[in-house]
Amino acid sequence: MSLTNYLVLAAILFTVGAVGVLVRRNAIVVFMCIELMLNSVNLTLVTFARSTGTLDGQVIAFFVMVVAAAEVVVGLAIIMSIYRTRRSASVDDANLLKY
Amino acid sequence: MIEAPDLSLSALSPFLFVFGAALVGVLVESFAPRHVRQPTQVALALVGTVGGFACTLLLAGRGEVTAAGALAVDGAGLFLQATIAGLGALSVLLFAERALDPARSAFVASAAVPAGSPRDRELLTDERVQTEVYPLATFAVGGMMLFVAANDLLVMFIALEVLSLPLYLICGLSRRRRLLSQEAAVKYFLLGAFASAFFLYGLALVYGATGTVRLAGIRESVTTDGTGTLLVLGLGLLVVGLMFKASVAPFHTWTPDVYQGAPTPVTAFMAACTKVAAFGAVLRLLYVAFGTADWTWRPLVYGIAIVSMVVGAVLGLTQTDVKRMLAYSSIAHAGFLLTGVIGLGAGTGSGLAATLFYLLAYGLTTLGAFAVVTLVRDGDGEATQLSQWAGLARRSPLTAAIMTFLLLALAGIPLTSGFTGKFAVFRAAIEVGAWPLAVVALVTSAVAGFFYLRLVVLMYFSDPAEDGPSVGVPGLPTTVVLAVTVAATLVLGVVPGSVLDLADGAARLVG
Repeated sequence: MSLTNYLVLAAILFTVGAVGVLVRRNAIVVFMCIELMLNSVNLTLVTFARSTGTLDGQVIAFFVMVVAAAEVVVGLAIIMSIYRTRRSASVDDANLLKY
Repeated sequence: MIEAPDLSLSALSPFLFVFGAALVGVLVESFAPRHVRQPTQVALALVGTVGGFACTLLLAGRGEVTAAGALAVDGAGLFLQATIAGLGALSVLLFAERALDPARSAFVASAAVPAGSPRDRELLTDERVQTEVYPLATFAVGGMMLFVAANDLLVMFIALEVLSLPLYLICGLSRRRRLLSQEAAVKYFLLGAFASAFFLYGLALVYGATGTVRLAGIRESVTTDGTGTLLVLGLGLLVVGLMFKASVAPFHTWTPDVYQGAPTPVTAFMAACTKVAAFGAVLRLLYVAFGTADWTWRPLVYGIAIVSMVVGAVLGLTQTDVKRMLAYSSIAHAGFLLTGVIGLGAGTGSGLAATLFYLLAYGLTTLGAFAVVTLVRDGDGEATQLSQWAGLARRSPLTAAIMTFLLLALAGIPLTSGFTGKFAVFRAAIEVGAWPLAVVALVTSAVAGFFYLRLVVLMYFSDPAEDGPSVGVPGLPTTVVLAVTVAATLVLGVVPGSVLDLADGAARLVG
């Protein structure tokens, strides 16, 4: 199977994630969409590692996983703290800051 | 046999100092008794940042690539690292201020207690203070210093996260108006993670196009093989990710909200240090990796520079909150800084030196302006509505005079550092023939000048409101910050020669 297929799949997943961030209202779902974007990048990296014949891409994918895990810790802590006060994780309810 | 990578410990010393202090701070937070934590943490954070500052000064003049090619130690990197560490130390002083607020600190006593609950109201005036902010801020300073020295897209990404993750958290730790603060943290986090996903996809595409993530390797590949669609697309995504951190319009939407919601000392820290770090990375990426193919980024940067200046200046006019106004000012200044980036000629232009000087001058001035914002208070914490600042000069002539001076510097009036900086970046842009950009920059400077002067007029020529805010008497830390920032703004405006020479000498990127 051609490597291009993997790249196209990754691009589609990245787009799905990016659109999800823009249209979904629940902070947890938005966050899941961001994780989807990061994982599509991992797929791209591993595919390019194979096509260029270098290992860098695979190593970077591991770094991305670690960073994504750290991001989950920080992100969920922040979303939890706002949920406890408002009883809602909707990004539309968080609307105190505007012009 | 595997060879150990070359690792110059002396070149790494600034990072070792800052990250070391942050790690010790985590241990202190876990094991030290509560009553000694505050002084210990402040001391540790100051030792870390000032130590990092001193180490970068000792390294001045070095030019090498170390840590197996992952880090560049060069004039521009060291200048920016020293700027970040110095501004970071001043921000830590602002964090440590305890005399201003009757609640004893700008930071919440216990972040886990839901906002508005009875326990939260009890803790509002409690003696207890949160001390996690000091190690977190020190980690952020370390990440920023790494960000400007990264000679590798992977290290740049890791540094981006190391500086961002602590910032997301400390944005949400305000003691008063906790809902606003938490909302700011959520917005910053979601948009920041979104932007870093774009940066990462850009990294993957550039890796696919060139087979390497080393900036020098990318440069070599660009020079010999030319640029393909994949590479240009990747570069575009990388620039989007970086411009988000630098709060450049049209990627600025988080800036006003986060600047307003975050505790003011944190806003000062972000406005000063994050801007320097993000521009450092922009300069290194565009100059070291793509310097030989500048047609790939010049039109893009040209466009967003204009958008950023116009958006910052025009929307700044409509603001009614001092912190939001300063946020739009920061967006406009990001545009002015990009005119300096456009002036990055291939080895000849003065754009690099001008941008370095501008970052130093702007960082100091904006830090001082936010420090003044922490002084003006009413019963509910800081009074940030513009209408509340009416007639401030009658209540406290000194505070009003300091704010006026700093606002004039932000507007770029002669005899302040803002004028010298703007003159330098505009000249750099004109030198490479980008005079239309310089014209737009001058016009938007004039527009932005209006909203700075409006606040000055409000402070001096309006009658103070009956129930207006009072001006707190700052403790030693804030006094030091104000003295340093005002003095630096004046000196860099009146006798900028030596610092301009310093920036000129430092304007060198290896890699």
